[in-house]
Amino acid sequence: MAKALSKAEQVARAMEGQQMTRNRWLSMPAVLFITVFGIGPLILMFIYSFLVAAPYGGVVWKFTTDAYVYFLFQADIFDGTLQFAPDFLIIYFRSFVFALITTGVCLVLGFPTAYFMATRPPSQRNWWVLLITIPFWSNLLVRTLAIMFIIRDQGLLNGFLIWIGVIDKPITLLYTDFAIVLGLLYSYLPFMVLPLYSSLEKFDFRLVEAGFDLYATRRRVLWRIIIPIARPGIIAGCLLVFIPALGAYVTPLILGGGKHLMIGDLIAQQFGSGRNWPLGSAQAFILMAAVLVALYFYVRNTSGKVTHGH
Amino acid sequence: MAAGQTAIEAKGVTKQFGAGPDAVKALDNVSVSIRENEFFTLLGPSGCGKTTLLRLIAGFDFPTEGEILLYGQDIAPLPPFKRPVNTVFQSYALFPHMTVAQNIGFGLEMLGKPRSEIDARVTQMLQLVRMEELRNRRTSQISGGQQQRVALARALAPAPKVLLLDEPLSALDAKLRKDMQIELKRLQHETGITFIFVTHDQEEALTMSDRIAVMSKGNILQVGSPRDIYDRPSERFVANFIGETNFLAGEMAGVSGGEASVKLTGGSVITAGIPEGLKPSGKVTIVVRPEHADLVQGETPADLRGVLENVVYFGTDTHYYVKLDGSPEPFIIRQQNTRGGGQGFARGDKVGIALEAHSAQVLRD
Ligand SMILES: Nc1ncnc2c1ncn2[C@@H]1O[C@H](COP(=O)(O)OP(=O)(O)OP(=O)(O)O)[C@@H](O)[C@H]1O
Ligand SMILES: [Mg+2]
Repeated sequence: MAKALSKAEQVARAMEGQQMTRNRWLSMPAVLFITVFGIGPLILMFIYSFLVAAPYGGVVWKFTTDAYVYFLFQADIFDGTLQFAPDFLIIYFRSFVFALITTGVCLVLGFPTAYFMATRPPSQRNWWVLLITIPFWSNLLVRTLAIMFIIRDQGLLNGFLIWIGVIDKPITLLYTDFAIVLGLLYSYLPFMVLPLYSSLEKFDFRLVEAGFDLYATRRRVLWRIIIPIARPGIIAGCLLVFIPALGAYVTPLILGGGKHLMIGDLIAQQFGSGRNWPLGSAQAFILMAAVLVALYFYVRNTSGKVTHGH
Repeated sequence: MAAGQTAIEAKGVTKQFGAGPDAVKALDNVSVSIRENEFFTLLGPSGCGKTTLLRLIAGFDFPTEGEILLYGQDIAPLPPFKRPVNTVFQSYALFPHMTVAQNIGFGLEMLGKPRSEIDARVTQMLQLVRMEELRNRRTSQISGGQQQRVALARALAPAPKVLLLDEPLSALDAKLRKDMQIELKRLQHETGITFIFVTHDQEEALTMSDRIAVMSKGNILQVGSPRDIYDRPSERFVANFIGETNFLAGEMAGVSGGEASVKLTGGSVITAGIPEGLKPSGKVTIVVRPEHADLVQGETPADLRGVLENVVYFGTDTHYYVKLDGSPEPFIIRQQNTRGGGQGFARGDKVGIALEAHSAQVLRD
């Protein structure tokens, strides 16, 4: 076989090979960085989750699976037997629900926004993108505090509603589940809009006319043509919102007032006042496993739909 | 060949884009009627308004003035998805997330036809465009010519009353284009659907159409059979746009039996056809196609005289370029070589030109 190759082909292949190796070396710094700072800490956490907690933080280098056991069970104070304790599970469940609601509402709000942006004249589009990214210019903590000022009992919103006479005494919004979801929505909406926009911007709007031409109504054109073609953007947007929303820390801390914990706060607690690093590590790993499993089913379902049509 | 009812009629249709000083009149008071089961071609240079007219018929745009009738009914109130009209888009506009079969079946599905009927129809359409084996391919995984055929099948599947084809062959290479021209003609014949076909290729228009409308700058200049348009162009633009042409100056000498007698600058008097509705008088321009003139020896009686400037041999025929006395433009003559073309004359010869009887036409200037 090799003999059959012409000289030119051999040269071309050799050069190609050389280029490949050179490219590989170019990517080494990035690979190194990701390994050391991305995977390294994960390995460390994994190991910690199987160690014994030291009394004032840190770990004792002794193997145990206690962290995982105490995730679901509590030792009875009197006889030390394990009893099922769903406290952590409830927080996990609540976090999933909040993240799902956030993702769903972001999608419903983000799609029309992205559609609007993508159908502006090309010269205007970058301005719209810029506007969407304006919130990123200030710190998330500051923005969350701003929401707090808006929705608290003496805040702008209640003040306004009382002023126009819709209500006569403030509605309590702050430190509720509603406040948390509102904060999550506000924080993560741009992460939904931008990937949606980038897939809609590439969308060939002549396909809409083709749909109309073939007797599809506006609604049908949306569901049968625009949404399926924008699906990669929808998937990307949902992941970019769901995953960080699930692990959100600042928002529930400030807007939930510490009463309504989410996973992020729970884990932070173990490393702080809880002084139980192994438990915190285990909780982080359980979260990661749950996300990966959810992701697996999500991607399997949606990509299945893409290839088989309908 | 195509007689019968009027399928589509445009009445005084004007389409203006924009407003104020930079408004563009893409169509200017266009009226035309297209018969049922006709292969009707819109022919004209880029930007003359062909696509605009199709878009008005399909319903993607609305006329600024005038109305469009489908079988006598004003279609203005119908949104595009309610018009029994399908389009083969210039860009094909196939749905990239669907297979070939799903694309073809889409229209029927939207019409709410049962699955079994859709499947049967899709199979039939695939046979018609000879693509059965690519049924389950993604449209991104087939060639340009195949995509074009899918676009055609997709538009044909719901059996529209009128099919609009916007330069559907422009992206194809010469060979495939020839095949598709024949295939399109066959399809139109087999399905009996009215075709409105857009092209800026005059040869394509001549070979495929029952009737041609020649457009320029938002106007329809002439409508007629290919032979009418070619042999009897009514305007300079039409004559120039289609094929090679000779223009001659002359003066009206009278009208008899619907034909004009025109006295040419050289002195001879010839008969020429008159376009409908024209009452020519005074100085006129007439047009003669290169194949309707014969070269004769300088001494024999002839309609025109000049010096042979150039002889170009083309295999099947020979082109002569004659410098006429008192005219800057050369007069072109095309003679088939099997009928004695290419022999007996050399560059620099003094020659005469004899025009075939009834071959000339007076132009609307
Ligand atoms: N949406 C629009 N806005 C402004 N002007 C337009 C618009 N669509 C078309 N025009 C103008 O109308 C005129 C006719 O356009 P049209 O697309 O009908 O030409 P066409 O005959 O199809 O040309 P081609 O052979 O290049 O496809 C052109 O001058 C064009 O610039
Ligand atoms: Mg066009």
